[in-house]
Amino acid sequence: MNYDALLAPAAKAMRPSGIRKFFDLAADMPDCISLGVGEPDFKTPWSVRDAGIRSLELGRTRYTANAGLKALRTEISAYFDRRFGLHYRPEDEIVVTVGGSEAIDLAIRALVQPGDEVIIPEPCFVCYEPITQLTGGVAVHVATRQEEDFRLTPEALRAAITPKTKLLILPYPNNPTGGVMEEGDLEKIAEVLRGTDVMVLSDEIYSELTYGLARHTSIASLPGMWERTVVINGFSKSYAMTGWRLGYAAGPAPLIKVMTKIHQSCIMSAPTTSQYAAIVALRQCDDQIEMMRDEYNRRRRFVVKALNEMGLTCFEPRGAFYVFPCLESTGLTSEEFCELLLAEKHVAIVPGGAFGDSGEGYARISYAYSVEHLAEAMKRIRAFLQEHGWL
Amino acid sequence: MEELLHILEKSARLPVEDIAAMLDITPAQVAAQMDEAAAKGYIRGYEALVDWERAGVNLVEAVIELHVSPKKSRGFDEIASVIAAFDEVDSVLLMSGGYDLQVVVKGRSFQEIALFVAKRLSPLDAVLSTATSFVLRNYKRGGKLYQDEDTDERECTVL
Repeated sequence: MNYDALLAPAAKAMRPSGIRKFFDLAADMPDCISLGVGEPDFKTPWSVRDAGIRSLELGRTRYTANAGLKALRTEISAYFDRRFGLHYRPEDEIVVTVGGSEAIDLAIRALVQPGDEVIIPEPCFVCYEPITQLTGGVAVHVATRQEEDFRLTPEALRAAITPKTKLLILPYPNNPTGGVMEEGDLEKIAEVLRGTDVMVLSDEIYSELTYGLARHTSIASLPGMWERTVVINGFSKSYAMTGWRLGYAAGPAPLIKVMTKIHQSCIMSAPTTSQYAAIVALRQCDDQIEMMRDEYNRRRRFVVKALNEMGLTCFEPRGAFYVFPCLESTGLTSEEFCELLLAEKHVAIVPGGAFGDSGEGYARISYAYSVEHLAEAMKRIRAFLQEHGWL
Repeated sequence: MEELLHILEKSARLPVEDIAAMLDITPAQVAAQMDEAAAKGYIRGYEALVDWERAGVNLVEAVIELHVSPKKSRGFDEIASVIAAFDEVDSVLLMSGGYDLQVVVKGRSFQEIALFVAKRLSPLDAVLSTATSFVLRNYKRGGKLYQDEDTDERECTVL
């Protein structure tokens, strides 16, 4: 069989993860300190785990409604209202998905036709572009810059919009930079979009993890934006539930209806055990969210200060659990820096270039680790810089 | 202050500078708050969690459940203070439920602890009865696992 000829060109063209090899290397070093993962170190709150177990004991092991359990959608609706002042009907404006990732996939597939342009601010999470390309859409990258705190500016957005623009991806709080968009920033973006036919995919998976701010604002809550926005969120980051694979999308009924149809064909329904557990997460765990956020905040301050003192300057990240220091003082590319650091000091961090060209010259450091772990990593990075005369 | 106490309770050996960064205050402020916490008795001491079994040192620990007769004027405080004053005693707690005081005692041998109970605890007038249970194995102490290692199973997947 000539698989090369058989495989669909668009699927073949997907870029493999450039850092896989890098982390396989790290896995072979027993004393390696990784600051590479993008998931919480906390365990899922016990009451949530217990609810999952309880649902199994009761034999709730079948499919749910395609859009998700009604009780869960009702809780999601209440959560949107309680935390972000957003209003979505559980009946037809919310679909429960296998992680935020599936919700992103559904939204892009429901909207994008071949030739449509999708604006993607970078650096960002790596999945938007390949999914866009699989649909035949064209990814239009917009670089965000440290001087702008990695926010999307209205000028850059306006310059990227063409008659073919279908969708704007708005990934804030941002992975990998930790950048956030506050209400005033979002209002400027909304101003550009009102009166256009451009839809917004607002990926708010880190919405509970913002620091030193008023609560996260969703662009969907601004005047005239609800009808042109699909909000993506999930349980992975805020409730430390990555392995449960549960997320959701909320938006105007016609869009959610089509997304649910796609979901129905390829997934049927999100994992039932996870859905029952998630109901309890939404009902009982607001205080656990706060506890985890406070802990992340202490680590964040610690890491930002340590890196700035080493000359790896970083703007103050006010969201997610990543720091995105600038490597300029070393004169290395992000990949060279990360490879050398791994080889010499056995510390694994992710080169910024993995998140798009505008991430070049930076590295992503996750602080979803204990302070002791972080302190040891900072010690090694400092020694690394000193030995090379960069500090 | 409360946040500082929570940090110290989990990891008391963090450098003052690191704690200062975590709390977004100056190292001098952290030091001052730690002094204040000690002076006011919020912090009763700093100690290491030693796994003696792993270190190859034989130590015996017992939990003793005591029924005592409280005094009219001072309740349980008087007898609790007397027991707490013994050097062998690690902790004394007044309990709700089936008995009054829980006393934890550490010694070098079973015999040493048996003698302590027989010769020092039991003869006290206020002590009505004792039930001594020896600790066989530590699984978790002070929030740290002693038998299983807490491994990080997270993998760097797509990012």
